[in-house]
Amino acid sequence: MSNLDSKKPVITKRRRFLSVMAQSVGLSALGGMVWTGYIEEAKSAPLILRPPGAKPETDFLRMCIKCGQCAEACPFDTLLMAKPGDKKPMGTPYFIPRDVPCYMCTDIPCVPVCPTGALDEESVSSVVEGEKVLDINRSKMGLAVVDEESCIAYWGIQCDACHRACPLMDEAIVLEYKRNERTGKHALLIPKVISEACTGCGLCERACVTEKAAIFVLPTEIAQGKVGGYYIKGWDPKDEKRLENVSTDVATRTKRSELAPQDYLNSDEVLFDD
Amino acid sequence: MTNFLKKYRFLMLRRVSQIGILVLYFSANAYGFKVLTGTLSSSLLFGVIPLSDPFAVMQMFAAGAILGADVLVGALIVLLFYASIGGRAFCSWVCPINMITDLANWLRRVLLLDKTEKKVWLGRGVRYKVIVLALILSAFTSVAAFEIVSPISMLHRGIVFGMGMGGAAVLSIFLFDLFAVKNGWCGHICPLGGFYSVASKLSIIRVKHNQPNCTLCMKCKDVCPEKQILSLIGKESGDVISGECTNCGRCIEVCDDDALSFGIRNYINKNG
Repeated sequence: MSNLDSKKPVITKRRRFLSVMAQSVGLSALGGMVWTGYIEEAKSAPLILRPPGAKPETDFLRMCIKCGQCAEACPFDTLLMAKPGDKKPMGTPYFIPRDVPCYMCTDIPCVPVCPTGALDEESVSSVVEGEKVLDINRSKMGLAVVDEESCIAYWGIQCDACHRACPLMDEAIVLEYKRNERTGKHALLIPKVISEACTGCGLCERACVTEKAAIFVLPTEIAQGKVGGYYIKGWDPKDEKRLENVSTDVATRTKRSELAPQDYLNSDEVLFDD
Repeated sequence: MTNFLKKYRFLMLRRVSQIGILVLYFSANAYGFKVLTGTLSSSLLFGVIPLSDPFAVMQMFAAGAILGADVLVGALIVLLFYASIGGRAFCSWVCPINMITDLANWLRRVLLLDKTEKKVWLGRGVRYKVIVLALILSAFTSVAAFEIVSPISMLHRGIVFGMGMGGAAVLSIFLFDLFAVKNGWCGHICPLGGFYSVASKLSIIRVKHNQPNCTLCMKCKDVCPEKQILSLIGKESGDVISGECTNCGRCIEVCDDDALSFGIRNYINKNG
């Protein structure tokens, strides 16, 4: 009898507590996985244009409380709040320039109303005569990119709709004159975007006459490449400054890179070793 | 008629409050009538007073955000109001989802679903685990985790800025509350309700029970969305001190015996 008793497992308070805790962990793991999956999926919508002054996307998603005060302040209804089904991070503000571009209000009503600082007033301000003033021209909502194949100006047809629509005409979009080789007697007036000046407002995209815009705004980090430290414009003193911070460390180390070039170039063995 | 008004006085006041707040938000965006701009996540009252969702701010901190002063002051104002005075009143006087789940609850009573359905077990404590999970996931994903899935914000933002597919989320909550679990969303899962339950443990506006008047009809427990808080009914006089009470006042309305009322919490005499 006593033998049977001792075999019966004892359910202690501690055992019960640990088991309930483990149950919560199990449920949370499943729920958390589904939840995280959704969030990661929702975050990865890289082709989204944010209001002026928006922090870089990762910080923006951290800081935006999704209150919509920027969208309310926008007098042109440019800014939309991402709805379920828009396939954009839920509740965050964005705009579609082909529908309604940013008209670059000089008083930038959407930025100062942001309660969290996800739209950063500092990044769209400049100092004029010792005073800080809002300066929409400093905003970087994106970068306009031209598709040379569908842009009719590249065909030789005269069109400067984007150039004329640009609020920074001749600064952000310039017309480049080129000889039209096909006719031999006309000029091509080709729109060229200057990335330093372009604010990404999208007025050019809105104005483009082709069926689907041949000039369109992309988020800057998607539209641009990056040279890195290996190539420097030696003729440009400004670009040469980048050399100051470039590390001289060689990333790839092989047996050969341990030797000076004249050593291995003068000896067959090392050259064909590996 | 006066009897009807008396029987539903808090319910009607709550609907006026809930719909009134929605109308204010909506007309700020649609007609430029700027009394209350923004949404429930963060807003500006009379163009001066910031109001923000303290739970959203907590998640944003967990996500590693460095936030502006406006949103912090706003969150503090809201938190202090509910924690010291209002209790969990957000849930029953402000939140638009409450109207959806109240409708489900009412239909439940009409269709006698409580008596016929298979019981699905779901603890009232799930919401506190969802809070912890939301904070952990916020830290992992660098996004306020509940805010990006919150059906409360979806519905509210939907009403102010356009619904999109947000109706599907609201419908699913309605169906869940109607057919699956009684008070499933507001009383079990919603982490915002859980947050206010914890935050408003010490608030001063409370439902008071006068035990000698009680006839044990249990109408109050039938109608209460958090009936575990009414454990004192018929047993002892005193305050309903649980933070899970939403101060909706339904129990007071349905009581025919004058055994329940709103009052100020008695901190001095514990037996009050």
